[in-house]
Amino acid sequence: MLKYLLSRMFYSVALLFGVLFLVFMLLHITGDPVSLMVSRHATPAEIEALRQELGFDRPLLVQFAEFVKNALQGDFGRSFRYRQPAMDLVVQRIPATIELASVALFMAILMGVTIGILGGSNPNTALDSIARGLGLLGQTIPTFWLGLILIIIFSLNLGWFPAYGRETFKFIGLTLPNKSIILPAFALSLFTTGQLARFTRSAVLEVMNEEYVTTARSKGLKKMRIYSRYILKNSAIPLISIIGVQFSYLLSGSIYIETIFSWPGLGNLLAEAVSTRDFFLVQATAFFTSFVVIGLHLVTDIIYMLVDPRIRYR
Amino acid sequence: MKPILSVQNLCTRFDTFDGSVFAVNDVSFDLMPGETLAVVGESGSGKSVTMLSILGLLPRSSSKVSGHAYYSAGAGAAEVDLISLSSDELNRYRGNHISIIFQDALRSLNPVLTVGEQITESLATHKGYDKKKAYKRAIELLELVGISQPDKRFNNYPHMFSGGMRQRAMIAIAISCTPDILIADEPTTALDVTIQTQIIELTRHLQHELGMAVIWITHDLGVVAGLAERVLVMYGGTGVETAPVDQLYEKPLHPYTQGLLGAIPSIAGSGTHRLVSIEGSPPDMFQKPKHCQYTWRCPHVFERCWNEIPPAFEVAEKHFSKCFYDLIKKEPRAEDR
Repeated sequence: MLKYLLSRMFYSVALLFGVLFLVFMLLHITGDPVSLMVSRHATPAEIEALRQELGFDRPLLVQFAEFVKNALQGDFGRSFRYRQPAMDLVVQRIPATIELASVALFMAILMGVTIGILGGSNPNTALDSIARGLGLLGQTIPTFWLGLILIIIFSLNLGWFPAYGRETFKFIGLTLPNKSIILPAFALSLFTTGQLARFTRSAVLEVMNEEYVTTARSKGLKKMRIYSRYILKNSAIPLISIIGVQFSYLLSGSIYIETIFSWPGLGNLLAEAVSTRDFFLVQATAFFTSFVVIGLHLVTDIIYMLVDPRIRYR
Repeated sequence: MKPILSVQNLCTRFDTFDGSVFAVNDVSFDLMPGETLAVVGESGSGKSVTMLSILGLLPRSSSKVSGHAYYSAGAGAAEVDLISLSSDELNRYRGNHISIIFQDALRSLNPVLTVGEQITESLATHKGYDKKKAYKRAIELLELVGISQPDKRFNNYPHMFSGGMRQRAMIAIAISCTPDILIADEPTTALDVTIQTQIIELTRHLQHELGMAVIWITHDLGVVAGLAERVLVMYGGTGVETAPVDQLYEKPLHPYTQGLLGAIPSIAGSGTHRLVSIEGSPPDMFQKPKHCQYTWRCPHVFERCWNEIPPAFEVAEKHFSKCFYDLIKKEPRAEDR
């Protein structure tokens, strides 16, 4: 068990390192960062001087090594645009993204798992067809389009929710978002809802045909117990990994949703940083989101181990 | 004496995309309290489906069961027709008065519940035991089925058990509420021979201890001889012959039973004989039977066999055979019954 844990951790760190390298190289392919910092009237000599001063004249690998060295000490450079440490900017945006991701995940689990269970336990009925249709719809509707439609219907026409921005209120010392989170969270959750609905359906369908479910029925157990202890508990095993992976994507911030709803989260920050070619800010954001994605995959594996006794003892 | 279970004219049909499958066609048998009935027949002869039908364990949406299965719990108790009950009503009997164990114990146990939980949940459901009482009883049961260190094993998951131990655990679950009837659906087929003997011995021991009747489904005629008092031979979804076990082995009176017994390899021979087999293949289950299902393979077949389904003739005391050919007189039967 410990060996399994250690090997998973090792792979996680290696993967994070690989992602950082890729992001770093891709950014440098887009062009010279120094040209962004100087005025249009700067002479080539001035540009060269700045390049040397900032260390951009050195080989890329050396620059990458320095970036990693600084990153390990928590220094991700300063944003060109905001003139602040890049990681500080990222950290400021985290709460908004965590709020959005959590609410979206909650909605997705609530809707997706319910739809999936209803469909899976009544295979090939009208209910199942509706459930499958909803699942497919959730996965195929483009989120940016959905976001706009939601704004038109629920903000402009009905006026139930604000069209953009994050409004908060205080609750026993906590700053929580008010109903302004509903529309963006719903739009963000829909893909995950669709995926969860489809996976839950097939998992339930598969488990329902297992012999231990027949055993459970032969024991005269109540329907509720068969569902909770036999069907759902076994179906949950594959779902945990999907929920974990989906949450990591939600947490890394949605560029579309956060931009459309002007939600001040990581996705919004990344969109800005990329469009202004704010090198250090992009790197810091990329580091953070990969860290979250890879970290949650690791956590998912650990939860998996706890839930499925067969993995625990391997 | 009144039978504890009386199955009458049981038919089971599955509706599939390719048409209806007639899996069980008119099966009738009685089970006496405390006796062991062996049900033998080849794969697809409807042995398991018969038992699953009685317990209402087939998917209700795709299967159609007709006929009767009267269960009466002891003298004076009212008879209930299990076939007519709803799933909720059946839950009072399943696992409580009638239990079943299956071939593959690994797949029949829930992988994410401990063995102990799977025993105690039956006790809680049917007997209303609280946690402490159920735990105590579960430990007794594990001991009874021969699992050592039961208090430690209680918290184990099924995959931590060996094959034989899993089947023992299944038996512990099945007998937890001291049922009147235990249906054993080929419980030893997946086990190796030494373990197989242990499980059979265990079942016999428990049967004496608890006084329950056992229906033992198998395709292994070797197992039957030392185990059962009576045998029901099934072919093509119907019971073709039923007799006390000695009588069946000595004087089989249905051509299929004769073929089946003739196919048992003998150790007395010179060892150069080819294995005997019954010519032909089992019947097509997509057709609703209009005549005896053994006609295609039967050495004694004559015209009447192709036109009618034979009723059960009482060929000797407690010995019934569904065949128009009289194997004693070596000629077609003159009249019915």
